[in-house]
Amino acid sequence: MEVVTPSTIDDLATVLRDAAATGASVDVRGAGTKSGWGAPGRPADVIVDTTSLNTVVEHAEADLVVTVQAGTRLGELQRLLAGSGQWLALDPPEVAATVGGVVAAAASGPRRLRYGTPRDLLIGITVVLVDGIVARSGGKVVKNVAGYDLGKLFTGSFGTLGIIASCTFRLHPLPAARRVVSVSTEDPAQVADALARSTAEPAAVEWDGRAAHVLLETAAAAADPQAAEMAQLLGSDAVTDVVPASFGRRPWQSGDIALKVTHRLSCLGPAVTAIRRRWPDAAIAAHLGSGVLWAGWPAAKGLTSAELDDLRAVIASYDGTVVVVQAPPAVKDGLDVWGPVSGFAVMERIKERFDPDGRMRPGRFVGGL
Amino acid sequence: MTGLAALADACVRELGERAVVTDRVQLRTYECDGLTAYRCIPALVVLPETTEQVAFVVGRCHELGVPFVARGAGTGLSGGALPREDGVLIVLSRMTEVRSVDIADRRAVVQPGVVNLDISKRVAASGYYYAPDPSSQQVCSIGGNVAENSGGAHCLKYGFTSHHVTGLEIVMPDGSVERFGGRAPDPVGYDVVGAFVGSEGTLGIATEVTVRLTRSPESVQTLLAAFNGMDEAGSAVSAVIAAGVLPAAVEMMDALSIEAAEAAVRCRYPAGAGAVLIVELDGPTIEVEAQLADVEEFCRMAGAFEIRVASDDVERAQIWRGRKSAFAAVGRISPDYIVQDGVVPRTALPEVLRDIAALAQASGIRVANVFHAGDGNLHPLVLFDESKGETERAEEVSMRILDLCIEHGGSITGEHGVGHDKKKHMGRMFSNDDLDVMQLVRCAFDPASLCNPGKVFPTPRLCGERPGRRTGVHPLQEAGLAEVF
Ligand SMILES: Cc1cc2nc3c(=O)[nH]c(=O)nc-3n(C[C@H](O)[C@H](O)[C@H](O)COP(=O)(O)OP(=O)(O)OC[C@H]3O[C@@H](n4cnc5c(N)ncnc54)[C@H](O)[C@@H]3O)c2cc1C
Repeated sequence: MEVVTPSTIDDLATVLRDAAATGASVDVRGAGTKSGWGAPGRPADVIVDTTSLNTVVEHAEADLVVTVQAGTRLGELQRLLAGSGQWLALDPPEVAATVGGVVAAAASGPRRLRYGTPRDLLIGITVVLVDGIVARSGGKVVKNVAGYDLGKLFTGSFGTLGIIASCTFRLHPLPAARRVVSVSTEDPAQVADALARSTAEPAAVEWDGRAAHVLLETAAAAADPQAAEMAQLLGSDAVTDVVPASFGRRPWQSGDIALKVTHRLSCLGPAVTAIRRRWPDAAIAAHLGSGVLWAGWPAAKGLTSAELDDLRAVIASYDGTVVVVQAPPAVKDGLDVWGPVSGFAVMERIKERFDPDGRMRPGRFVGGL
Repeated sequence: MTGLAALADACVRELGERAVVTDRVQLRTYECDGLTAYRCIPALVVLPETTEQVAFVVGRCHELGVPFVARGAGTGLSGGALPREDGVLIVLSRMTEVRSVDIADRRAVVQPGVVNLDISKRVAASGYYYAPDPSSQQVCSIGGNVAENSGGAHCLKYGFTSHHVTGLEIVMPDGSVERFGGRAPDPVGYDVVGAFVGSEGTLGIATEVTVRLTRSPESVQTLLAAFNGMDEAGSAVSAVIAAGVLPAAVEMMDALSIEAAEAAVRCRYPAGAGAVLIVELDGPTIEVEAQLADVEEFCRMAGAFEIRVASDDVERAQIWRGRKSAFAAVGRISPDYIVQDGVVPRTALPEVLRDIAALAQASGIRVANVFHAGDGNLHPLVLFDESKGETERAEEVSMRILDLCIEHGGSITGEHGVGHDKKKHMGRMFSNDDLDVMQLVRCAFDPASLCNPGKVFPTPRLCGERPGRRTGVHPLQEAGLAEVF
C-alpha cells in the first residue's frame, strides 16, 4: 500500500495513469474525517491523499463564486471567504474536512434547510477518472444548462466514480444578523408542525434530543422582531445571538455506532419513536424541516443485521432510508451498511462505464460498488 | 412490413387508435418545437397515458432499433423535441394526472404532462406553490422542465428545476422502468435524479415526477426603477448584491425591448427610460420591508429617475406584464427575430452589453436586451427581416453573442438547453475529454443511442470506447459500420 500526495491536477492524473498501467486499485482520502463512512470494502493498492491539492484557484468576489482544489479544508475556505463577508453555505460539523470530501460524501448540516446540500451549490467540477482522464462539467456561472451535470453524479459518490480535483461553488453573503430561539422539548414534531404553519423562514431548525433551536439569519433590522415572533410561536423566552455548542453536532463519539435516517417530512415523530423504541439510550439529532435524523449509541450496545432490517422496514414506510454511517469493523462486517437501493441496476451501469475494472475504492459503495 | 409499420400496428393494439398518429397531415402538427427554424415530420406519433404504455412503446423501439424522441408541450427553444423522420415521437401531454399532493410532506407527485402552473394552482389554497417559474409556465410541462432543468425569473433566490425535483420514475431507453428518490431527501446511491434533470430527453423518459412544494412567502414587494442607461441600472444591481441582499428576482430591459413591450401590451413603463430594472423581494414581511428600503436607496444612488413600488397584486402584474411579454413583443417591432440565451458572470454584464451594442452597430442588426440581471443570464433578441435578406447577418450576430459569453467564462445556454440548435457550440465550451466523459453517462443509460439521438452532443463517441483516445476518424465509422451523427 502506497500513499501519494499529488499537489497539482496533472500530478493527480499521472498517479492515476500509473495505477491504471499496473491495474492497481485506488483509494482517495481527504482529511479522513469520514474515512470510516461507507462499507468496509477491500484495501486499495494506492491511496491518494488530496490535502496538497489545496489552492483557492479563483474567488470571484463580486460574482459570489469560488473555485477551489478539492483538498482545501472547508474551515480554511470559510475563513478566507469571511474576509469578504461571504461563505460557502454548507455547515457539516466536520470543519477539518476537505471540500472534495464534503462533496464526495454529500455532507450537510443544519442550514441545508435554507441553502440545500452540496449538490445544490456546486456549479462546476473537475474530476480525474480512474485511467487519468481529466474532465470538467458545469462552469463558473450559476445558471448553466450546457451538457450533463457530472457534478451531481460525483456528489455523494464517495470517490467510487473517480477523484474530484476541483470544485466551483455558488457563494452566499454572510447574514447581517443572527438570533437563536430555543425551546426544550422531547417531541421535535411539535416544533416542526408549529413552524410549518407559520411563514417564518428560519435558516435552520436543529433538535439535539432535548431542545429545538431555531436559527434566524436575517437583515439587521428584522432580527429582533422576528426573534420575538418566533419566541411567541414556540412559547419560549430563550433568545440569544449565540449559536449553541451542540448545534449541528453529530450525536455520537468516535467508536460509536451511528446511523443516518431519512423520512418524509410528516413522519418525523414516528421516525424518532421507531429509533427510541429499539434503542432507548440512543442519542438523536434532527435537521427539522429537512427530513434527516442522526442517531448514535455506544458500540457495546451493538447492532445486528436483523435489528437493522427491522428498522429499515419501518423507515421504508416513511419513504426513508437507513445508512450505517459508522460502526466498529466487527459490527460493520456483518451489516449491509447502505441497505437496499432503488434503481441499483442503473447505478451499476454508471459505475461500469466510469470504472470498468472496479478499481476506485473497491467495495465501499452501495451494493458492493 | 417495415419496422415502423409493425411498430405502429403494435401501438394501435396496445394503446388504442386514439393514441397513435400516422396520418401525414396530423403528423405535421409535431414537426417542430418552440424553435420553428428546425422542422422534421416524425414517422409516427404516439400519445400514451400510462407508464406501462410508455414502457411498451420504448421497449418495442429498443427491440426494433427505432429512435424515439419525447415531447412535452413543445415549447422548448433549442429544438430538443425536434422529431426524427425515421423515428417515433412520444408525446406526453395526455399524462396529466396529479398522483398525490402531500402538504405535510411538502411534496406533490405528478405525471410528466402536468402543466407547470397547474401544480401551483392546486396547492395555492394551502399556502404553497411550485417555485420554478419559466415564462412559459402556463403551458410547458413538468416533464419538459425536468428535461431542460428549466429556470424562471425567480430562480435567483429559489433555484432551478433540479433544486425542486426529489424523485423520478424513468422509462429507461431499453423499456425497463426504474424509480429514483422520492418524498424523502438524500436517496442512497448515485444521484441519478440530479444527473437526469437537464439531460434534455437523452437518458430516458420521465413518467412520474416528485416535486418539492414551497411555502408562499408572507410578503412580496415588486419595484420598478427607470434609468437613463444600462450602465446605471447595472450598477444598481451590483450595489444590491454587494450589500448581501438576495432578491427573488432581478430583471433588466433595455430601451428597445421597452419599446416593444409598450407596443405590445402597453405596460406603461416610465417614458424615456434607457433601461428598467424590476426587483422583486419576498419573505417574512419585516425582512422584506427592510430590504425594500435598501434597494430603493441603491437605485436612487445609481441614478434612477423614477421608482415605482407595486401596492397590490394588480400593480405587480402590471409591472411584470412588460417583462413577461418581451419575447413575443419584439414581433411588433421586427418581422423576424432570434431569441438567444447565454450567460456571463454578472460582473461582466456591462462590458458584454457594450460589446453587443458594438456588434449591433457594426452589423446594422438591432439587438434588444432582456435579461435575468441577477445571474448574468442574457436573452438578447436579435431583430431582422428575412425578406430583406438579413437572416445570415442576424445569425452571425447571434453567434458572436455566444462567443462573447464563452470568452467571458460563461455558458452557451442558461435555461433553453443545447438541444439540436447549439450542439455545434459544445466543443467550444468543453474539451473532447469533457464531452467523452459526459458520453459515458449517456452510454450507461442508452448504449444503443436510440433516445433522442443527435441532440446535445456534437459528435458523440461510440459506447464501449474509453475517453481520451480519440485519434482521427473512428475506425468503425470509417469502415462504414457505424454512423456517428
Ligand atoms: C414564450 C416562452 C417562454 C419561455 N420561458 C422560459 C423561461 O423563462 N425559462 C426556461 O427555462 N425556459 C423557458 N422557455 C423554454 C421552454 O418553455 C422550457 O424549456 C420548457 O421546460 C419546455 O417544456 P415542454 O413541456 O414544452 O417541453 P418540450 O419542448 O416538449 O421538450 C423539451 C425537451 O424535453 C424533452 N422531454 C419532454 N418531456 C420529457 C419527459 N417526460 N421525459 C424526458 N424528456 C422529456 C424533449 O425530448 C425535449 O428534449 C420558454 C419558452 C417559450 C416558448
